[in-house]
Amino acid sequence: MIHPIPPGTRDILPDEMRELRRLHRSMIEVFEGRGYDEVATPAIEYDEVLARGDGRTAESAYRFFDERGDLLALRSDMTVPIARLVASRYADADPPLRFCYLANAYRAVRPQRGQMREFAQAGVELIGAPAPAGTVEIIEVLEAALDAAGLDRAVIGLGDADLYRQLLTELEVEGEARKAVLERLAMHDLVGLEAELAKAGIEPGRVETCVALSQLRGGREVLEQARALGGEAVERATARLGETFQALEERGAAERVQVDLGLLRDLGYYSGAILEVYDPALGHVLGGGGRYDGLLKRFGVDLPAAGFALYLERIHVAQMEEESRRGGSV
Amino acid sequence: MSVQVAGLADAKAEGPLKLAVPRGALLEGTLDALDAAGVDTSAARGESRALIFPGAAMTLVTMRPSDVPTYVEAGAADVGITGKDVLLEQADRMVYELLDLGYGRCRMVLAGRKGDGRLGESQRRLGMIRIATKYPRVAERYFESTGRQVETIEVKGSVELAPLIGLADGIVDLVASGRTLDENDLEVREEIVECTARFVANRVAHKLRAAEIDELTARLREATAG
Repeated sequence: MIHPIPPGTRDILPDEMRELRRLHRSMIEVFEGRGYDEVATPAIEYDEVLARGDGRTAESAYRFFDERGDLLALRSDMTVPIARLVASRYADADPPLRFCYLANAYRAVRPQRGQMREFAQAGVELIGAPAPAGTVEIIEVLEAALDAAGLDRAVIGLGDADLYRQLLTELEVEGEARKAVLERLAMHDLVGLEAELAKAGIEPGRVETCVALSQLRGGREVLEQARALGGEAVERATARLGETFQALEERGAAERVQVDLGLLRDLGYYSGAILEVYDPALGHVLGGGGRYDGLLKRFGVDLPAAGFALYLERIHVAQMEEESRRGGSV
Repeated sequence: MSVQVAGLADAKAEGPLKLAVPRGALLEGTLDALDAAGVDTSAARGESRALIFPGAAMTLVTMRPSDVPTYVEAGAADVGITGKDVLLEQADRMVYELLDLGYGRCRMVLAGRKGDGRLGESQRRLGMIRIATKYPRVAERYFESTGRQVETIEVKGSVELAPLIGLADGIVDLVASGRTLDENDLEVREEIVECTARFVANRVAHKLRAAEIDELTARLREATAG
């Protein structure tokens, strides 16, 4: 007899579980080897507390009341719960703090291969280490994690979350128009972006600049190309990115990092550097992260922070694809 | 297993780009645009019933326009061409929209029977209009944004039939010349949005095959300009 389970959830049977467990172990080993201690937090939190970290809680797919009538939500990532944990339990500790986790999170996504509503994430949070050193550190941990997963072709996109916020301020695009432009940018809808910028009264030349800027991705040279497009906001963002990239180069860790001025993660709390992870074997993003220097402050502890999370089911899919590629099939 | 960092350059060496080409009304214009952009389309133009046309620089994969976002989002195709109507209806598919190709121009409209007051009457007396459409999400968004309540009825075939035999008060559909509407005793009441063919890319391919995709985008822009 078949008994249903909710859409976007699934059972994991032994063959898959064995492989996942191996992946879990290798991730935690990498993190712990670099001084990140594993923590766990409850899967359910007060909705109000999660909303403090990320105003846009629409991604919490599951909300419900407990027996006292309090509104609870299943976490949509681990970054906000760990910010809460740090503020509650480590307010007086000497930074930097290093935590890692392996946990399920929940989002209202359209279920498909490697993207379920309940999904496992492995990641780290580095609290109290400012840019660029803190950013460089987590990128190095991320590279080690990808190596440990055997994804030697994976690429890390490095962008700047403040670039467009500051650019739009410079262009005096505010209110609804600003929201519309950022939304187009996040979706990478260039046709819509052009239309929204024009609607906001930006002159054609600068519209073109904005669109061109969002298309710049590659090695160090794109920083120069961006700078050539001009403007105060671009200057500042490229300076931040350049500093991080240079530090990565000096440590021999820039090889698989792609500077990407079109990167815009849609989670509200990011500031400064943002990261995304890709593998040529998979059409979906494997993970992401970046800096969220303002997040801890919302919980009452003013510390810079950075981190990343990898979607473990997707990493597993990519591992399988990479294996079959190496094996010569397809 | 030896761990070797491949770097950005090697990530690109993954065979020719796979381009999703829409069959149907957009096919002709798409092949012309690709020709003008220097992509060899001769194989896809023949009478062949094949779906995949491999080429040295690019593999063309033909499919229904409404399947293009599905293939591109999953990365089964790296890039693709489809109508804005399809992208609007499947707005939850995460694909990068890189270029307005300009051809395949048509309008998404609200249409009703000629000289018939059903749309207004339902709205006034029942507070709700019934709309038959192949684009339920576009229709719902449009009526919501104009402050009207609507019951959308999704149909797969000739949507013009619905108001003629009383399934719906009106239709939301794509109109090119307006002849089909006219022949079925229907007329345009409101224009919702203009749609053209768009060039889209998979999110990961856009990052990892940046040079190839940028070059194709530039050539398509040039080919379809003006």
